[in-house]
Amino acid sequence: MTATVTALELGLVTCHSCGLVCRPPDRAGCKVFCPRCEASLHARKPDSIARTWALLLAACVLYIPANLLPIMESGSLFGSQQDTIMSGVVFLATSGSWHLAALVFFASIIVPSGKLLAMALLLVSLRRSAPGSARARTRLYRVLEFFGRWSMLDIYVVTLLAALVQIESIATIRPGPGAPFFGGVVVLTMLAAMSFDPRLIWDNLKEQTRNDGNT
Amino acid sequence: MPEKDASPSRKSVIHDIALSAEISRRTIAVSSVIEGPQVLCAAVALPEVVACHSCDMLQRSIPLAPGGTALCSRCGSPLFRTGHLDRALALTFTALVVFVIASAFPIATIETQGRHNAASLPGAVGLLWDAEMHLLAVLVFVTTLLVPFLELALLAVILGALQAGHPSRPIRLMLRLISGTRPWGMVEVFMLGVLVSLVKLAHLAQVVPGVALWSYAALMLLLAAVWSNIDGRELWAVAVRGAPR
Ligand SMILES: [Zn+2]
Ligand SMILES: [Zn+2]
Repeated sequence: MTATVTALELGLVTCHSCGLVCRPPDRAGCKVFCPRCEASLHARKPDSIARTWALLLAACVLYIPANLLPIMESGSLFGSQQDTIMSGVVFLATSGSWHLAALVFFASIIVPSGKLLAMALLLVSLRRSAPGSARARTRLYRVLEFFGRWSMLDIYVVTLLAALVQIESIATIRPGPGAPFFGGVVVLTMLAAMSFDPRLIWDNLKEQTRNDGNT
Repeated sequence: MPEKDASPSRKSVIHDIALSAEISRRTIAVSSVIEGPQVLCAAVALPEVVACHSCDMLQRSIPLAPGGTALCSRCGSPLFRTGHLDRALALTFTALVVFVIASAFPIATIETQGRHNAASLPGAVGLLWDAEMHLLAVLVFVTTLLVPFLELALLAVILGALQAGHPSRPIRLMLRLISGTRPWGMVEVFMLGVLVSLVKLAHLAQVVPGVALWSYAALMLLLAAVWSNIDGRELWAVAVRGAPR
């Protein structure tokens, strides 16, 4: 790799809010803020690893009731029915619209579980990193950031169905107790991805090649 | 330190230093009252360099051809693009009008056995709230109504003021607010949710799409168009020194 210099090595700090590169003043013990947008400045997102782990574990805990409890309860003249996320996908697949089923399966099952696994992978691999994989891991992080929001899909479907199917004495749909848990999983995984700092991947890489050079 | 640098953007560097001095004077005066011993210090801005958000590599900014995107030479993440702020302003106003239509009219009506029921987005949020699903109601309200509206309204004010050549501190604070709230606006996901639920219902009842359905589709495309015409780096530069005449 040709001479790459990071902002951190030159003592410079990038504003998290507006992206401006700044030189913090030499004075010790003062709270530094961005001259352009006035956000407080940090070289790396504060407590990135601990915060990301905490949010990730909380998301894992909520993920269990989100999948086991019904996300939607429908009632009609012919009895009532409860749907979990998985049974909703199965219903779509058996009722003929399999590409829609594939879409919902991707947004509601692959994206949240994949995001939990991939965030854990990123955090664990911070400690022992193979040099070639840093670029791939950065790309993985960007993909996570992009797809995370799409798991809100099921929340919106339940909201709309509950609003539309409100015909007294014929059919009604109500959101089930699993829905708030599922919403919680989406919010927590998004927060986890936001608190993760991808620059730590590259910081560790430099540190390790330096250590390897010394031995 | 930046004075040594004789790059073409020298003028904006000097401006930023003046700006930081101005801010530091004011905030230190205020902070000594509010925060006691805690002193606030402004950092010195170096707007001629870019640090990659994904890997922190420092790079000098290069002039781009129209429609071009600068990528990080180490990790490949996008650094900045070329923007068209005047086009973004026109699109923002259009999107605001479409947003009002989309939230005022029903998304769809279902008909079965001679009875029908229509649902609008604010109505759907209200029903969630009434069903004791308060957290869910707040989540849907924030992601589909509050954040998209804030985003468009603030953008209209910011782009309007900058176009008229009035960069100011409130404009910069609004810009910071937008960059924080933007990930929580999910119009495009909501649009997909509408399609999925209508297809699900098509088996059970007759579904008539409403005005808001088309408006949401238009809003989704308009929002994408607005942001594709905005480069954050350029917008921030204009918010400090004003639009080039
Ligand atoms: Zn800033
Ligand atoms: Zn990079």
